[in-house]
Amino acid sequence: MKNISLTIDGNEVKAKEGMTVLQAAKTAGIEIPTLCNHEDLEPYGACRLCTVEVVKNNRVRLVAACCYPVEEGLIVKTSSERVNKIRKIILELLLPLAPTGPLYALAEKYGLCECVKKSDEESEWRMIKESRFPAEKPTYCTLCGLCVRYCAEIKKGNVIGFVGRGVDRKVSLVPEENCGFCRDCENICEGGKFFSLLEL
Amino acid sequence: MKKLQSTSDMEKLRKELLQKRDSSKSCISICSGTGCHAYGSEKVVSAFENELKKQKLEGKVEIKRTGCHGFCEKGPIVVIYPEEICYLQVKIEDVTDIVSQTIKAGKIIDRLLYTDLKTGKKVVHESEIPFYKNQTRLIFGNNRKIESKNIDDYIALDGYNALGKALSEMTPEKVLGEVKKANLRGRGGGGFPAGRKWGSVRNAPGEPKYVIVNCDEGDPGAYMDRSLMEGNPHSVIEGLIIGAYAIGSHEGYVYVRQEYPLAVENTELAIKQAEEYGLLGKDILGSGFDFTIKIHRGAGAFVSGESSALMSAIEGKVGEPRPKYTHTSEKGLWDKPTCLNNVETWANVPFIINKGADWFRNMGTENSKGTKIFSLVGNVNNTGLVEVPMGITLREIIYDIGGGIPNGKKFKAVQTGGPSGGCIPESQLDIPVDFDELGKVGSMMGSGGMIVMDEDTCMVDIARYFVKFLSQESCGKCTPCREGLRHMLRILNDITSGKADEEDIELLEELCEVVKDASLCALGQTAPNPVLSTLKYFRDEYEAHLQGECPAKVCKELIQYYIDPEKCKGCGLCLEKCPTGAISGEKKGVYTVDVEKCIKCGACFEVCNFDAVSKISSKECK
Repeated sequence: MKNISLTIDGNEVKAKEGMTVLQAAKTAGIEIPTLCNHEDLEPYGACRLCTVEVVKNNRVRLVAACCYPVEEGLIVKTSSERVNKIRKIILELLLPLAPTGPLYALAEKYGLCECVKKSDEESEWRMIKESRFPAEKPTYCTLCGLCVRYCAEIKKGNVIGFVGRGVDRKVSLVPEENCGFCRDCENICEGGKFFSLLEL
Repeated sequence: MKKLQSTSDMEKLRKELLQKRDSSKSCISICSGTGCHAYGSEKVVSAFENELKKQKLEGKVEIKRTGCHGFCEKGPIVVIYPEEICYLQVKIEDVTDIVSQTIKAGKIIDRLLYTDLKTGKKVVHESEIPFYKNQTRLIFGNNRKIESKNIDDYIALDGYNALGKALSEMTPEKVLGEVKKANLRGRGGGGFPAGRKWGSVRNAPGEPKYVIVNCDEGDPGAYMDRSLMEGNPHSVIEGLIIGAYAIGSHEGYVYVRQEYPLAVENTELAIKQAEEYGLLGKDILGSGFDFTIKIHRGAGAFVSGESSALMSAIEGKVGEPRPKYTHTSEKGLWDKPTCLNNVETWANVPFIINKGADWFRNMGTENSKGTKIFSLVGNVNNTGLVEVPMGITLREIIYDIGGGIPNGKKFKAVQTGGPSGGCIPESQLDIPVDFDELGKVGSMMGSGGMIVMDEDTCMVDIARYFVKFLSQESCGKCTPCREGLRHMLRILNDITSGKADEEDIELLEELCEVVKDASLCALGQTAPNPVLSTLKYFRDEYEAHLQGECPAKVCKELIQYYIDPEKCKGCGLCLEKCPTGAISGEKKGVYTVDVEKCIKCGACFEVCNFDAVSKISSKECK
């Protein structure tokens, strides 16, 4: 495989052909936030949290780092003002739907919430400002699709899938499929709580 | 049917077909496009068949069910050849008169002719009606001359001549060169140069290569691809075969939505007929080139018109877009190099091959060549499908072809490009219509929807309508599009019901920016356009809603119905029509509306013959 050299946040980064920008950044120790990416699964490009700016032929584009393949000479900006604004809005959109630990932890980095100590053992997440995008009630699901894709791609099960379109999209078990109760879907779910509601 | 072994075989067939035709013989051609179909054209056809039998003219007069003529406002359309007498809105009751007077006695029936809106004069010939006269009907022109289900009609009009020419006289490289030189740009929305796309697919490593016709038109109010596919399917198929030859593909797909049953039927038939003539299959016209076409019926998702989603759907998966950082021209259908073009794009190809790139380049503007078909709908006198050279102004389309705004109302905006397009105000009507200029004013060419809106339209409500459409049609895969549209719709609902403030508009703008920048596919990336363009040109209407007023008196929550006692004649029609018993009063007295019971359906407003019912701002009432 060809060696490729690109610039991420001003650092020269060496990568192999076929890698994504997200992978290349990771090898260089540069962290790009993501919800839907998993190293064992095909890139999906759904959460858009990994949106970065790339400059090619003097043209600036916003792309999903988890899907964009590295190219020779590519310039990547992983935390420009524009990129951070996108991430903040995406997190603000998702938090009322999925108020879970991992999402709060991400949101903290963008100044949306803080961890408040209640006692020595206990602490809780608190929004610095209420999200401007209220949800009717939390679903504890960001629709990242990790469970769906893990079941399909790794377990070849297809026991869990998406139903509905657009704003009605949700994750659902496929009743006619035989579930082996490996519970990998539950384990891969970052929020966790969603599956306790789904009653596997 | 005999298989055609060579181009000279096809020439021979064409000569035979033309010899068999008697141009002096009367022919009644009846538009059988979906619009006229809905008006009952099929019943008119049967009535003609019966009448010809009755008047002993069977066999002496030909009847043709043609494709859509485009002047859908006035369907069913009947044209009598060879005189080209055009009758509009023909009913079964008119058929006896047409046969006995026009066919037998050569007399013209005035009442069925078109009346010029300006001069009041009757127009006899179809081509002299201003609606048609001001168009350049290159791609769409043959629709009205061809019986959609008959390949011979297409061949007689030089159909498949370009294919013969390409296969026998041109190398694939030369075909590709000609299309590149013509600068044919994709008619489906993006406007990407077709020749460049073809070249990428041709040069991409991997076999087999696929070619696809995208007939998943789904914009509200748009039906040009449908009409072309229904009316003249062979023109699209011929373009596809030529493209496949240039690209080096031997397998093609026509993706057509299941909701277009006539398009599915006519395309299936056209493929079968082309196979029987040997225009599809092995060794086409003795050239050694093999090519087959399959039909894939779409299950009715707007987002499936997006190329990667469409390809997923053909593969049997859910029609969801995937990131296209590696182009579908390299990794498309089943990860093989794939060329997808829209119906109209493919239909342009035979013309370019027949007449040459230089001829094609003579039409249009510097960077947008040829013609474009628009579906002109909404508050415009002449609703229908229009084909115009690129570069014509919006004003010419709406006023010269469309005949202006009905009922003496004022023009407010025209929405181009479908749900992802923008609303263009009066001040921009003189811009030339092409791919680049429409983009500059915040809209886009899209696939060619054109919705005209008059002064009674609320622009905030229009933005809300399109955002609602998109929030339901988004696949829901990526966060900005799914959640962004959800909240854009919520904010727009708040604005149209008077519950929003200035901060909400700012939030709406902020959201639009993110949805545009961060969405996965073009559906999301362009979804904010209806909001952004109305905010740009009609911000005052948004501001008015914040003050609790809908200037066009459309938004239900901000208006009330009121009966003017001075004008009310006490006929009681409104009381009769009111579904909720909100109207009370005595005959010959004066009627009143109980605002508590009124659901603002507008039934009273519609039926009142004395203009006594009016819509007033709720604010005024308080």
